[in-house]
Amino acid sequence: MDHASIMIFSLAIYSAPYSSQASYTAYQFAVALLSQGHSLHRVFFYQDGVHNATNLAAPPQDEFDLQKAWQQLAKDYQLDLVVCIAAALRRGILNEGEAKRYDKASHNCAEEFTISGLGQLVEAAAVSDKLISFGY
Amino acid sequence: MSKKILLVSRHAPYGSSTAREAIDVALAAAIYDQDIGILFMDDGVFQLLKDHQGKYINQKNIDSMLSALALYGIEKIYVHQESLDNRTITTNELILDDLQLLNSIDVGHLLSQQDQLLSF
Repeated sequence: MDHASIMIFSLAIYSAPYSSQASYTAYQFAVALLSQGHSLHRVFFYQDGVHNATNLAAPPQDEFDLQKAWQQLAKDYQLDLVVCIAAALRRGILNEGEAKRYDKASHNCAEEFTISGLGQLVEAAAVSDKLISFGY
Repeated sequence: MSKKILLVSRHAPYGSSTAREAIDVALAAAIYDQDIGILFMDDGVFQLLKDHQGKYINQKNIDSMLSALALYGIEKIYVHQESLDNRTITTNELILDDLQLLNSIDVGHLLSQQDQLLSF
């Protein structure tokens, strides 16, 4: 691929894993664009998409483990997987710091996922050639 | 770096969090100084009706959140005329008086002028 056609992508994911196919489709899209040499600036999880970040999901062993797949992809390509803090707090996705702040007994934000603000979605829109949304 | 971003809001104000979380994105975009516009179409036009009574379902009023758009410097607010017509809503029932009414062809042009689309 010639250099001029390389694009910067970001993905926004709005639906929960399993109940909607959107997150998995986004994962497939991410794999495809990376394998073609494009760059993936950020994957931003918003609305019910934040459920992708819980480390308490335990899918049956004979089913695809989407979170594990995201984590592996993030390691392989140094991806920035960002979960919206406002959406996450409302839906019970907390990292250690937020659990302390809100006096909660436990936290569940999976490794490789970072909790941050909506500004990260806006920044992704500003710096990416293409921002692709998945889910309603 | 600033891009031309259009947020398309197509869901009713209550019943799901989609409309509210879309407004949050619009406000964030305005704070980060992006060239942001908002288009209301399909059931999204219900958000623009006056005098919401969210208190009866323990919800914040969406119409007062929308009134804040101007304070954040969001001036480009578009409404799809046919979505209003299909729901027999007239413009004098709407909050915000600086709305720009667009027909379907105008909407097509508007979408094609954007760098990024955020669809909710």
